[in-house]
Formats: sequence, structure tokens, C-alpha cells
Amino acid sequence: MPEMYIARSSAIAARMLAGEMMVMNSADSTFFTLNEVATAIWKAADGRTPLSQIVRDHICKMFDVEYPQAHADAERFVADLAGHGILLVSDRPFTVEQPQ
Amino acid sequence: MPGPKYVACVEIGGIPISLSTSSQVFHNLLLRRYAGFSSKAPAEFSLEFEIIEPRPASDDDVCVRRDGGEWLFERGDFFARWDPRTGTGLVRQNANPYSLDSVLRILHSLILAKRGGFLLHAASAICDGRAFLFSGVSGAGKTTMTRLATRDVTLLTDEISYIRPESNRPEVQPESTVYRAFGTPFAGELAKAGENTSAPIAALFFLEKGPDNRIDDLTSTEAVRRLMRNILFFAEDPALVEELLATACAFVASLPIRRLTFYPESQVWDEVRRFGREPQRECVYATR
Repeated sequence: MPEMYIARSSAIAARMLAGEMMVMNSADSTFFTLNEVATAIWKAADGRTPLSQIVRDHICKMFDVEYPQAHADAERFVADLAGHGILLVSDRPFTVEQPQ
Repeated sequence: MPGPKYVACVEIGGIPISLSTSSQVFHNLLLRRYAGFSSKAPAEFSLEFEIIEPRPASDDDVCVRRDGGEWLFERGDFFARWDPRTGTGLVRQNANPYSLDSVLRILHSLILAKRGGFLLHAASAICDGRAFLFSGVSGAGKTTMTRLATRDVTLLTDEISYIRPESNRPEVQPESTVYRAFGTPFAGELAKAGENTSAPIAALFFLEKGPDNRIDDLTSTEAVRRLMRNILFFAEDPALVEELLATACAFVASLPIRRLTFYPESQVWDEVRRFGREPQRECVYATR
């Protein structure tokens, strides 16, 4: 299966409040609140780390969940946010540095 | 030889802006329009108006965008260029007050974004020395709340609330920021300018009409979501949205934000007064 790389869109504003990550798309003002798992994926979306590694290193360890299930959930989440222009997806690493 | 220049200084939200024009007719119009908001304070910013052929005030979407270091505001009935580095701008518009109001609202929203403040679709009024804000979608009851207010309540606006921190310096702890609401001349259905005064904000209520009066908590993220939906910002600009989201989080961390379900009778103000007198739970939201 080809690797998937994910990067945060530059059109997005994000802020943590009361333990929840809020993201807003400046292009259409859509607003999302991310749960803990989604927040971990969002934070790790540096454009260079494959999604499979993000799931292994962050999701499985932090939330005590089996890899196949975690990876399937992560793919659904990524597809959802990519559909709203919040995450960018590629089959190769992104070249632009992501803000921390 | 250039003709005489007419200059007026209009101070909204404690920010004096010089408005100059060579048209005496337009000068008289803006003196009437902002009669309660004229100021003798030295202007912090200045706008020069060039009056063009009349075109109807437009309902088209306004376009606000960066052009190098400047901002451009454009709609069918006006075009403006604003340089935040020099604090000066040039506006071409026809001599109607609606275009003028729109240009000033956009300008104030950009100035406020840099100062941790914002314009909000909300009615606001001072009661017992503190400001209460009532926000919501069109028809939620903003104008109704102002109509129901008793005589001792001072109307700040029935449409666009002006909110900014008391200090221009960003606080180390956002939750310790004190916010003030200022009166504005931007009127809604009431067609009446607010009083040119201000007060520290006691609470923001998101309005819903219902069978009785009730105040309910909102989660912090729901409060931010509703706040962002009602803040006036005109530019699809990531840096600006980033600043506003940070401001909205700091505001939510500093003040009680509640849902006010109300039956449109004057008793709703008793509920508001009671809420203002009761000590509110300490905010514990962490922002970063």
C-alpha cells in the first residue's frame, strides 16, 4: 500500500482551548473541533512523516489501540479533513516546512 | 490650485480618525451622521475621501484583500486603499452614509484585530455600570432586547458592538484581560445611534427566543464557535483569521459567555441584572 503524507493547510487557523483543538478554514470560515486522537494526528502532520508512522508512534502508544483499527480510523479522519481543505494529502513528502 | 479641505475627527471605540474631503456636502453629511462621535483628540489615523459619481449603495459582497503592505476594500459603491504602516488611507465613494459606514466598519475591524479587539454582530447596553452583550443571527432578538430595556439602561448599539481590551498591551495571562464595550453609531432596525460611552463587559449572551427566560452554560469551544460566527471580519486572510481566533479564545477565557433563552417581555432584564449581580464561576480555560 502506498504511503500517505499529510500536511496542515496554510489557510488554517488553529487554537487549543480547554484541552480541545479548534481549527478554522479562513477561506470559507468552516470551524471544527478535534477530539484527542484527531488532535494528535493534526499536531503530527508535518508533511514529512508517513501517516503509518504517525499512527504507530502517536496513536497506538497514546491511546492503547491496535494498529489496523487505528490506521483505518486515521485514514477516515484524514479524508474528512482533506475534503474540507484543512489537511493536504500526498503520496510523497511535502517540501514546504510546516509551522510547529 | 486645490480647493479647501474639510476635516472632521470621528472617535469610535476611543480611536480618533481624521476624515478629510474637499466636498463640503460630504463633510456636512458625515458631521450629521457621526454627531455624537466627533472628537477634538489628535487623530491616530486618517482617511481622505474623494467623492465620485453616485452609484447605488451595493449589497454585493465586499472584497477586502492585502496588496503588498496595504489593504484594499472594494464594493460596488466604494473603493479604498489603507496603509496600516502609515495609518493613512484613500477612499473613493459616492456621498452616501451607508458606504461611509461600511468603510469605517472595515477599517475599525482591521485596527481592532491588531489590538486584540473585534466588532461583533451584537446589541450591547450598560446596566448597573457594566456592559452586557446580546449576540445572535438576524431575528434572534438583538433589537428586541434593546427595545425591552428599562430607562436606566444605556444603549451602546442594537447591531454592531465594539469590543476591545482596556489596555493595548497584550496580557501575559489572556484570562486576566479586561474587555470594554463601546457605543457605536452603527444602528440596526432601531435606526438610532448608540451612546458614545463605554463600560467593562460583564457577560456575552447568545440569544434564542423561547417560552420563558433561562440562562444556560456553553462549553468553551461552543462559545468560540458562536463568537467566530458573529465577529465581523471581511478578509479571507489566514493571518487575520489566526489573530481573531486567538482573540476569541482569550475573550472566552476572560468572561462569562452564556445562552440566553428569552420570552420577549421586559422581565428578561431582571434575569440579566440578577446574572450580573451573582458571582460567576472562575474561568479555567487554558489557551495557547
